[in-house]
Amino acid sequence: MGLLDRIKQGLKKTAQILQTDIRDLFKTRGRLVDQAFLDELFEVLVRTDMGVQAAQQLVDQIAQKYRNRVIEWSEAIEEIKKGLKDLLRQPESPIRFASQGPTVIMVCGVNGCGKTTTIAKLAYMFQSQGKKVLLGAADTFRAAAVEQLSIWAQRLGVEIVTGPQGSDPAAVGHRAVARAIETQADVCIVDTAGRLQTHQNLMRELSKIHRVLGKQIPEAPHEVLLVLDATTGQNGISQAKHFSEAVKCTGLVLAKLDGTAKGGVVVAIRQQMGLPVKFVGVGEKPEDLLPFDADSFVDAMFAES
Amino acid sequence: MFEKLQAGLYEAIRTLAGQGKLTESNMREGLRLVQQALLEADVSLPVVKAFIEKVSQEALGERVMRSLRPTQQLLTIVYEQLVALMGPVDHDLHLKPSGSTIMLCGLQGSGKTTTAAKLGRYLQQRGYKPMLVAADLQRPAAIEQLQILGEKIGAPVYVEKGATDPLVVCRNALRQMPALGANVAILDTAGRLHVDQALMNQLAAIDRLIQPDQVYLVVDAMTGQDAVNSARAFHEALTLNGVILTKLDGDARGGAALSVKYVTGVPIKFIGTGEGTDALEEFHPERIASRILGQGDLMTLIEQA
Ligand SMILES: Nc1nc2c(ncn2[C@@H]2O[C@H](COP(=O)(O)OP(=O)(O)OP(=O)(O)O)[C@@H](O)[C@H]2O)c(=O)[nH]1
Ligand SMILES: Nc1nc2c(ncn2[C@@H]2O[C@H](COP(=O)(O)OP(=O)(O)OP(=O)(O)O)[C@@H](O)[C@H]2O)c(=O)[nH]1
Ligand SMILES: [Mg+2]
Ligand SMILES: [Mg+2]
Repeated sequence: MGLLDRIKQGLKKTAQILQTDIRDLFKTRGRLVDQAFLDELFEVLVRTDMGVQAAQQLVDQIAQKYRNRVIEWSEAIEEIKKGLKDLLRQPESPIRFASQGPTVIMVCGVNGCGKTTTIAKLAYMFQSQGKKVLLGAADTFRAAAVEQLSIWAQRLGVEIVTGPQGSDPAAVGHRAVARAIETQADVCIVDTAGRLQTHQNLMRELSKIHRVLGKQIPEAPHEVLLVLDATTGQNGISQAKHFSEAVKCTGLVLAKLDGTAKGGVVVAIRQQMGLPVKFVGVGEKPEDLLPFDADSFVDAMFAES
Repeated sequence: MFEKLQAGLYEAIRTLAGQGKLTESNMREGLRLVQQALLEADVSLPVVKAFIEKVSQEALGERVMRSLRPTQQLLTIVYEQLVALMGPVDHDLHLKPSGSTIMLCGLQGSGKTTTAAKLGRYLQQRGYKPMLVAADLQRPAAIEQLQILGEKIGAPVYVEKGATDPLVVCRNALRQMPALGANVAILDTAGRLHVDQALMNQLAAIDRLIQPDQVYLVVDAMTGQDAVNSARAFHEALTLNGVILTKLDGDARGGAALSVKYVTGVPIKFIGTGEGTDALEEFHPERIASRILGQGDLMTLIEQA
């Protein structure tokens, strides 16, 4: 299956809902663009979790161009798509690989957002690119977090560095990088415990892990991925802000996009912070990870199913 | 975000200050701002609309303009209606002395397994003898996670190694309840998407066979607009008895509380306020209403107006 098809499939439910919503506004072929129309359009957009600000911006674009005119379905949809694509457009940003030695990737996020599973998916992806992967289980806090990542490591056949429950997560990170250098791994992915961004001591702990990862390889971590649950609403913005302050995130992974949540909060995050979305998660299996592409993402959101 | 809501409400109140009475026209702008503020708090749109409708009815009704100034009056009504929509509370777990079953369900990563242990502890403190049942056979190390948590609270954990059917595990667990010296079984089910028909059917099958005394939906407090869709689907499949809202120890405003209560009508029983097994509190709508509104600060603002 092609990339666009995969994304389309993942977003099918989303697209259906969004489309019926917008379609409903066009009971007849064209409709007068008046305040009632704009309000309804605003509602459709807000329901994606993109937030009031982004939704308003898109509605204003439509208003400016079409107010008091009759508009066709295809015109409105093209206009909205264009607005969204402009908002989400980003330079081609794959993983920044180290010029030599292991590429270190740190994965962080709030509790239960999908970090550990995303790491399994990333490992699988790198493996299929012929790269040698090593995992660092630096969530030494949550019950059976190490076991969870170890099971994935075993299933995928990659080496994992662990530490005892309750031990210093930064030390595990340090050993993971050392082992990656020693075994000449191409990629070293480090898992971290879930934490809410307002818990300052836990955020300091995260900064420390980040610092320690750079001890043996000055450039490391080369990527700091913030995993975001697609069902997350406006709190996602706070997550992006606080995690970026603590560890300077390089990109987002939007997990659990296979439900009916639209993940629109990435629009707001992109708009307010410029953080690019690098991957989307569309299931619980290792192959359920797709590189994010703004155009196909938006097209898939509005595509005919 | 708090600031935003407060600013919105403050603005709403300011526009009303010094005006004789609440009329449809002088409330319009204020209510629009309240609407925007609720959306920023992640209350789902249909719920926001119903809420605004209710508030404006109340405001125009008989109770208006007795002793309060219009500014105070609108705020009081907004607050009262928030509390009314999220209530009434029912902290009783409705357990039978002869032996009861509580089933936890919800989306992936919402906090079910952690909540199972928290509930176990809560029940122990009230003289019950809970046991935890490992009915998540899907997530890697889900069983180990529950075992560790069970050990932590000193409750037996029913586990069937190598089992593939959660229904069988649940049925066997209940048969073992007396032998394990327990009188409440807490079923930890696998996380699932509400659109995953196969897994929803599986959950419904467990529900039919086991007939749990209480079925609780575990909801992440950071959930955005999609809260109404998932909650409705779980309620349709299972007929929920209660809702547990997790991860309220962060800065999520918890608008999902309002949404979920609105679409299911079932009481919110508990809130989760941390990762520890004692971080479970009974739900009080007044507290969440204040949280959504930032009440304390708002009152100060009004007095200054
Ligand atoms: N449907 C779906 N489920 C997912 C996806 N990604 C992760 N999950 C599930 O979400 C749940 C939580 O995932 P984890 O990877 O354990 O999340 P985490 O962020 O590591 O959690 P903590 O370490 O406890 O903070 C698990 O049940 C995963 O199987 C996805 O893209 N789609
Ligand atoms: N801060 C905080 N974290 C919580 C709370 N409740 C659960 N968690 C964390 O959220 C993450 C997910 O919790 P789990 O109990 O594994 O969630 P689950 O619903 O069982 O996940 P799946 O079985 O994968 O669907 C873990 O990191 C928990 O420690 C809470 O109230 N506050
Ligand atoms: Mg994890
Ligand atoms: Mg679980």
